[in-house]
Amino acid sequence: MTTLATNRGAGVTPRCRGARIGAGWIGVVPFGVYALLFLAIPAVLAVASGFFTESGAFTLANFDTFADPTTQKDIVGSIGLSAVTAIIGAIAGAIICYALLSMSSDGLVRTVVDAASSVFAQFGGVMLAFAFIATMGNTGLLGIIIDGLFGANAYTSPLYTVPGLVPVYLFFQIPLMVLTFMPAMEALKPAWGEAVATLGGTRRTYWWRVGIPVLAPAFFGCTILLFANSFSSFATAAALISQGGLISLDIFRATTSETVVGHANEAGSLALAMVVVMIVLMSAYGVLQRRAAKWEN
Amino acid sequence: MTPIQAGPAAEPFVAGRAGRAPRFGAPPSKATARVILLVTGILFLLPIVAMGVFTFRANGGGYTVGHYLDLFNPALEYNYDVLFQGIQNSLILCVITAAIILLLMVPTMVLIEMRYPRLRRVMEFICLVPITIPTIVLVVGLAPTYSVVAQVVGSDAWTLAFAIGVIALPYAYRPVAVNIAGVDVRTLTEAGRSLGAGYLSIMWRIILPNLRRGIIAAAFITITVVLGEFTIATFLGRTTFQTGLLQVESGDPYVAVIFALLALLFGFVILLIIGRVGSIRPKNKD
Repeated sequence: MTTLATNRGAGVTPRCRGARIGAGWIGVVPFGVYALLFLAIPAVLAVASGFFTESGAFTLANFDTFADPTTQKDIVGSIGLSAVTAIIGAIAGAIICYALLSMSSDGLVRTVVDAASSVFAQFGGVMLAFAFIATMGNTGLLGIIIDGLFGANAYTSPLYTVPGLVPVYLFFQIPLMVLTFMPAMEALKPAWGEAVATLGGTRRTYWWRVGIPVLAPAFFGCTILLFANSFSSFATAAALISQGGLISLDIFRATTSETVVGHANEAGSLALAMVVVMIVLMSAYGVLQRRAAKWEN
Repeated sequence: MTPIQAGPAAEPFVAGRAGRAPRFGAPPSKATARVILLVTGILFLLPIVAMGVFTFRANGGGYTVGHYLDLFNPALEYNYDVLFQGIQNSLILCVITAAIILLLMVPTMVLIEMRYPRLRRVMEFICLVPITIPTIVLVVGLAPTYSVVAQVVGSDAWTLAFAIGVIALPYAYRPVAVNIAGVDVRTLTEAGRSLGAGYLSIMWRIILPNLRRGIIAAAFITITVVLGEFTIATFLGRTTFQTGLLQVESGDPYVAVIFALLALLFGFVILLIIGRVGSIRPKNKD
């Protein structure tokens, strides 16, 4: 990790500083205003809207939605999907990182894997959903193969249900693990391997006594990040599932439904719940990252 | 995201003599690594290949290039209008969002580095916080914000750039921050000042050329964020590339898949370029 150099002693001379301070502050203002208008205010509005009725009166009624069995089922669905894809994604991603260790860090393989991981992890969304419709959808490649083997209409696609999202989500979870876990893997110093070997240890000893303990905080941190990523993702699910089943889909339905009057602000209470979950997750991630950073030097 | 720190490469220890040297340390054998990467590569290519096959599938069965020809068929053009409109909007959004990043975020970061290092932590916090707040949450608050925006500047699709710029901040911030950390902005500024240059001249002629790599990476990454953005456009009911894709998909899935495939390849090429730009770095820096 490159530490930011703080060379505050060698500053600009006091004369310049005094003369220019007014003009300098103006330079910081536009970005501050932008962040206030499009980040701070929307974030506060989103969470606060859960406490108000549509006419603007304070209420806690929006939180009744959490007593609704559908909402409860969808929260459980979101947590379940996130947990399953985070655990599988973290393990598979870690294995890929392990394999990448024996590839040169600026070679062709690494560059291609990095670019492909970024595409799948961040760019995917709707397009990833299409890829899976073409693969596992009702008229997808898998369906054609299975129908060919077992007769027409033997295949029903599992894709349009929440459990069916697991393979699709893994296609952005595994790459995200590769991107976030690789720096920790690369920080394993060759000298530690040599030290274990000098002391008569095998590779098994190395992994059991050095590798796994050193990587554990980063691994669990990245797993949490994957959970948060899946928990808050929307595009892929929205492209595949139309009738809900996840909390992010519920938020969309609450904001857009014009048939059920008075439910728009339930989106606010759902958003608040999501933010609370995210803050807990990201705090845990921060703690684990700090522990992991001890070795990345 | 492209890993920014190219940490010390954990090269396998090379034993002095030929033959099967005993291995130790973390890296697996080349053979193990190749098997793992090959299996992963095949698994990840499968859906992409399936997309490719799908675009040649004829409606009644069999294969055809007809779906590609449909794109140029004037009689069918109105079917794809929403998609072309979306692509056009997304390209405009790319330009404006990149402008927000390059003209608002980058100069602010440089200014903070030059004059107000104490604000560095604040800037970092602002730029990274959109990762913690899911887009799906932010859009709930963006809806009322945009009803005000609509009164001020109208409700055209380009206005989405303000919101998408926020989503792009964490991704654009990192390459620029890493680049800044590797360049001694303060010393360069002092050197420029002592030679009589003004701040604008220092910024334009000294700092920006030194931050070239970070800025290029930030711009490209912003483009991929804009082209992949779906949530904000859906919630605010604007047509962009992604929402256009989804709308066309229900009527003509083949054309939607053709465009999705092209976009994935385009994104891959852009990120490949970012990776190359990032890895060819001056050797004198450790």
